[in-house]
Amino acid sequence: MSFDNAYDAITEDSGDDRQWAFGTGFDDPLSGVDRAVPGEVSTSDLSVYCLMLADDALILSQRLTEWCSRAPELEEDVALANIALDLLGQARLLLARAGEVEGAGRDEDALAYLRDEHEFRNVRLVEIDCGPGPGGDFATTIARLLVFSTWRLAVLGQLAHSGDPVLAAVAAKGVKELAYHRDHAAQWTLRLAGGTDFSRERMVAGLATVWPLHDELFTPHPVELALPAVAVDPSTVRPEVDEVLDTVLAEADLSRPRVSPLAMVGGRAGRDGVHTEALGYLLAPMQHLARALPGARW
Amino acid sequence: MSWPLYEVFVRGKRGLNHVHVGSLHAPDDEMALRNARDLYTRRNEGVSIWVVRASAITASSPDEKDPFFAPAGDKVYRHPTFYSIPEDVPHL
Amino acid sequence: MDAELEREFDRVVDAEQRIEPRDWMPDGYRKTLIRQIAQHAHSEIIGMQPEANWISRAPSLRRKAILLAKVQDEAGHGLYLYAATETLGADREDLTTKLIEGRQKYSSIFNYPTLNFADVGVIGWLVDGAAIVNQVPLCRTSYGPYARAMIRICKEESFHQRQGFELLMTMMRGTDAQRRMVQDSVDRWWWPSLMMFGPPDEKSANTEQSMAWRIKRHTNDELRQKFVDMTVPQARALGVTLPDPDLRWNDDRGHHDFGELDWEEFWQVVGGDGPCNRQRVAHRRAAHENGAWVRDAAAAYAARRAGSDAEEVA
Repeated sequence: MSFDNAYDAITEDSGDDRQWAFGTGFDDPLSGVDRAVPGEVSTSDLSVYCLMLADDALILSQRLTEWCSRAPELEEDVALANIALDLLGQARLLLARAGEVEGAGRDEDALAYLRDEHEFRNVRLVEIDCGPGPGGDFATTIARLLVFSTWRLAVLGQLAHSGDPVLAAVAAKGVKELAYHRDHAAQWTLRLAGGTDFSRERMVAGLATVWPLHDELFTPHPVELALPAVAVDPSTVRPEVDEVLDTVLAEADLSRPRVSPLAMVGGRAGRDGVHTEALGYLLAPMQHLARALPGARW
Repeated sequence: MSWPLYEVFVRGKRGLNHVHVGSLHAPDDEMALRNARDLYTRRNEGVSIWVVRASAITASSPDEKDPFFAPAGDKVYRHPTFYSIPEDVPHL
Repeated sequence: MDAELEREFDRVVDAEQRIEPRDWMPDGYRKTLIRQIAQHAHSEIIGMQPEANWISRAPSLRRKAILLAKVQDEAGHGLYLYAATETLGADREDLTTKLIEGRQKYSSIFNYPTLNFADVGVIGWLVDGAAIVNQVPLCRTSYGPYARAMIRICKEESFHQRQGFELLMTMMRGTDAQRRMVQDSVDRWWWPSLMMFGPPDEKSANTEQSMAWRIKRHTNDELRQKFVDMTVPQARALGVTLPDPDLRWNDDRGHHDFGELDWEEFWQVVGGDGPCNRQRVAHRRAAHENGAWVRDAAAAYAARRAGSDAEEVA
């Protein structure tokens, strides 16, 4: 290491340095994948479907980043950031696909930053405040992550066989990531439920907070049903999801919360762009700068 | 209540030994392994991770030229049982 | 006996070899190292806050991903460094307590606020750039675990610096509003970045002994000069003005001359009255205290499991 050339010194002995740049997973999951839309598929339906999957990941990622510098322990700060990065990566691929299929010239950023609240297609589970804000705490965050990642893993598991090669490739990558997220949530569920009296109380309360939004995950949207060989009908993953959740809960000596599902609004919910009040407050800071300087490149 | 210290060893790629990369705190072995993955291999640096409680390591005395370093009865990694061999490896 | 051990210690250090955790070392060396490495670790952890401040508002998804990964790296750096202190017999919990009780310091630079998104780029370029100049020599510091942690940290920091510079270049090629953001940010961060190298040599209490022990390898003023000389051409390439009317090349010295730093502000910030000192420590304290029940739960779970395993064996 030579002091006179600090920058060279840092990068010496480094044939391939890209790994140091940022994040994980530098293989392009879509390299060599055919990006043509399969012939019989409606591009508008496919684009909306991609938005649904993208928005679930984007909004939960945005929520998880709220823990950054606030996690219960530094190691957990790193772990939650990893999960948020994985989901953000999935969101970017899916938004890009949504824009490409739509064919109106919108890229990932146009879709993330310039859509209004009612144009977001995510399930309501991902948008509510589960902590570190006043709406929850670490246990609530874990409860949501457990339910969400169990569900998304099951969906992506099927989607890996989608007739759309891009969705199939994104799902194949996502399956590995979600398996880790689910495991992380399950490990913490066991520890919080089997830790102290207080932590058990918090875990029970956390599950009760998120459980009313559990049913919505399995309610198919017409677009999901209109793409039989491409999209996953979420009602079909319910048995798998229930079985996994029941196994984790049993191991943690917990039972399913006895709470009723949250009502929809005139039969509409997140997938239709009808959200909780929380989404507006999440999007306002997220979109503010991008909208304040229209046309700026970052 | 603070979590115990673990030492972390990573095999960078197949064919190489595990090497000590650092340490971390975790409540138990399972979480230590997961934390190690997040902390020490988040740039895809490793293919295999070992974690061991720092308190479980027996070490020789200070000077590296110490006679302790000649025969190595106290080194966990010299014991065959210390190596976890994948089940599909034949003849072991 | 101690005299003999000390001669051996001096011999190893003078021969540019590394001192390892279980080697004998003078008490002062151990204490100085714990203080310096802990301060460095605290800086990484507190340093997460000013940048995390912009994660939710990052104006593109690519920038959001980069920033999140960068702040995550800083948590990682803090962890590597705390681990290095633990090889010297320190305890992370104890160091964290000292940090949140204000008994140990961290780099004053993080007591300045991040007020526009260009600050993310300028922190990468100037603050991480200054950190690199400070830290590259530490990759050869005499204490092995510290040196090894620094090698890894410097690798990651160099990319932090590049991403910062790249963001600024992109913004400088953008709209007038973006260029104004960059200049505003440089105006605010330039002097605090120069202060990162610490007080002038004649006022630096610990420099001499640390140099002898090869914990430190260059004086504060040497490093500061080095940083200025490196940065001036980069600023020119970027098209920003460094806010110092006295900044000019001096042919005789072969270095840039630059204006006097506002040491009064420096000591004010070091003394706890910077724009964000209280906020940064309160934030860290809140995270630590709010997390206590989670850490306790995991420890209780582990203890219970260890207990039931023992019963099964018996």
